[in-house]
Amino acid sequence: MAKRSVPEVSAGAMADISFLLLIFFLVTTQIPNEKGLPIMLPPKKDENNIQQIELNDRNVLTILVNSQNQLLVEREPLNVKDLKEKAIEFIDNRGRDKHLSDSPKEAVVSIKTDRGTNYKRYIEVMNAIQAAYNTLRAKHMGITPVEYLGYDEEKASASMKQKYADARKAYPLNISEAEQTSVGG
Amino acid sequence: MSKFGKKEKELPAISTASLPDIVLMLLFFFMVTSVMRENNVNVEQRLPQATQLTKLDDAQLVSYMYVGRPKDFRKYGRQPLVQINDVFIIAPTKDQFQRQIINFIESEKSKLKEYQRRKITVSLKVDSRAKMGIVSDIKLGLREADARKINYAAIQGSGR
Repeated sequence: MAKRSVPEVSAGAMADISFLLLIFFLVTTQIPNEKGLPIMLPPKKDENNIQQIELNDRNVLTILVNSQNQLLVEREPLNVKDLKEKAIEFIDNRGRDKHLSDSPKEAVVSIKTDRGTNYKRYIEVMNAIQAAYNTLRAKHMGITPVEYLGYDEEKASASMKQKYADARKAYPLNISEAEQTSVGG
Repeated sequence: MSKFGKKEKELPAISTASLPDIVLMLLFFFMVTSVMRENNVNVEQRLPQATQLTKLDDAQLVSYMYVGRPKDFRKYGRQPLVQINDVFIIAPTKDQFQRQIINFIESEKSKLKEYQRRKITVSLKVDSRAKMGIVSDIKLGLREADARKINYAAIQGSGR
């Protein structure tokens, strides 16, 4: 029998050590999951440079949300579920109906909430508007809305990038948020 | 021969030699895909659901603000509060509230490189049960602080 000079190191504890480390990492870290609805705030109020922008009434889709979370769209009550369709109809009107927008470029969505409005309802409204724009842009690009949402700047081909920029230009997202009412509604 | 017969009856033990390898593989996977928790959230968070979500481009440029009911309601009450950097903003007046938001944005901007400062994004992690009043106060503050890119954090879902 050959003489063994070095006894074998037991690797049995290796699994335990690894498990311990694994559990430590599971507890102290989180998987980044940063998604959301991006918006751009208007610039600071400048007292010296107040621009009066005259908008034709037909080019503005007014959405009011009261403290009871009820919607008033263009002076008519509306269910939040129907808001997307309403917005699409309004944005992509192109002068057909004289109460709706002249062209997508001129269309502005105005949202006014109450201080008592639920944040959840506000996100639902924002989501519906975003969905309306995304649907129209996707149609402009000739892809499905799901494909549009999956658009990735880094992976997209040059022609796709051009199309994406065109679609964003054809349907610019104009959201105006009015100062809030403080009570009631 | 008796030894041979004995062996046949016993089930061979399952080798656990590859167990460390498997666990290490899992460990490396988690180490690569996850990031360290930066701050403890001291408010209740049930993010609203939305369908039209966009991914935030650069995690470095993002600062977080949390809004919701404090978890420790015995100490802070049940009204939704704003949390930044592990502390609540408790301000008696609107001006002070704005001041604190501006200070926070300034300190966040100073952590970034010069050319990135304009691109700072503030991700608002607001509990879906909060009211719009507090959210609009924050928005006014951010407007004053000139951090105009904001993001309403939400999770993928039907929204119902």
